[in-house]
Amino acid sequence: MSVRQSLLALLDLQPMYGYQLRSEFESRTGATWPLNIGQVYTTLGRLQRDGLVVVHGDDEAGHTTYAITDLGREQVRQWFVTPVGREAPPRDELAIKLALAVSVPGVDVHAVVQTQRTATVQALQEYTRLKHRAGDGAEAESGELAWLLVLDALVFQAEAEVRWLDHCESRLLRASRRRTAQVAPPVAPTPAAQRPAARR
Amino acid sequence: MTAVLTLDDVTRVHGDGPTAVHALRGVDLQVDAGELVAVMGQSGSGKSTLLTCAGGLDTPTSGEVSIEGTPLSTLRRPELAALRRRSVGYVFQDFNLIPGLTAAENVALPLELDGAKMRAARSLALAALDSVGVLDLADRFPDDMSGGQQQRVAIARAVVGDRRLILADEPTGALDSETGEAVLRLLRDRVDAGAAGVLVTHEARHAAWADRVVFLRDGRVTDSTRSPSAPEELLDSGVQA
Repeated sequence: MSVRQSLLALLDLQPMYGYQLRSEFESRTGATWPLNIGQVYTTLGRLQRDGLVVVHGDDEAGHTTYAITDLGREQVRQWFVTPVGREAPPRDELAIKLALAVSVPGVDVHAVVQTQRTATVQALQEYTRLKHRAGDGAEAESGELAWLLVLDALVFQAEAEVRWLDHCESRLLRASRRRTAQVAPPVAPTPAAQRPAARR
Repeated sequence: MTAVLTLDDVTRVHGDGPTAVHALRGVDLQVDAGELVAVMGQSGSGKSTLLTCAGGLDTPTSGEVSIEGTPLSTLRRPELAALRRRSVGYVFQDFNLIPGLTAAENVALPLELDGAKMRAARSLALAALDSVGVLDLADRFPDDMSGGQQQRVAIARAVVGDRRLILADEPTGALDSETGEAVLRLLRDRVDAGAAGVLVTHEARHAAWADRVVFLRDGRVTDSTRSPSAPEELLDSGVQA
């Protein structure tokens, strides 16, 4: 998640201090990805070091506010017009778990798939309930619209996971039937032959 | 909770002998008033057979289907037809509106078939169209409406009068993503207003509008899920990006 670019984009609106940035970020994303205040100040320090923000001054309450520089504005503009890279996909625990489940003896892979699918559909139900509560976005303020878009992203990601799990299940069933067919005699299969073949 | 629909150990076999196809195998399901249940499964899993048995359009080979406490097997054919007209509304993927009738006439038709006077039927039809936000389309013909508008009219037809059970078979299949979502919101609202609903779909994103999702495979219920009452809990600790 790009905290650095997000904070820069918010500072492009107006100068802000750390807690204000955190609160603006979370209100736009429905607090889906909570920010640690230490992370905000560390990032601001790095942005300042790189010449992308400068200390703007202190507000009436004594908060140190930061303002974006021209170089920072250029980075925000570049960020919005550059697609998010998929060259190095983030580590996917579920894909790793399934890859190991099919290669480690004694694991009930179908149960792994089914348990995960139930959990993912349940998460999908929860996101959808939040969407229903948030309305259809037709008359939403920009903050609510941003939250709906984040919810949509969560919904589509979860849906993709369910579809992938369905696909895995079909592939596993096909592989299992093929192995069974390979060890079964052509007529009158015995109980032993009906069991799945041993894993490689 | 009041059970509007009950399937008790329902099995449906097409054909017999070695070529027999077991579309449903011992399915138990209860849908209460105010509850939307989604049925998911891949092609051939038995989803559509479940829906046709639930609506009395098909007869189980064994087991019992009851609507509002009435076992369908105890009804004679005309009684079953009457119960279907009065208690069950269907929503199909391809809308199934009659092209030669206006929206209001399409919605009024099941009431008129059930003996209602034309004026009373039209009045109820207009109320149903109003409830799904398309009252202004009452005198339009299906060909003059978009897919989303036609599906809204189809939902009005499914809920017109005092129908308590809505059976929807892939109702968003022919619609774009946003229009499909509007239709599901509508279905959800109708169920929240007191109907019972069964939504057959192979898309998890659509099933997620339901209170409960039932998974079918090879005619058997393999799993089901229920949404917890406090969805915010999922986000409280932050979602992993």
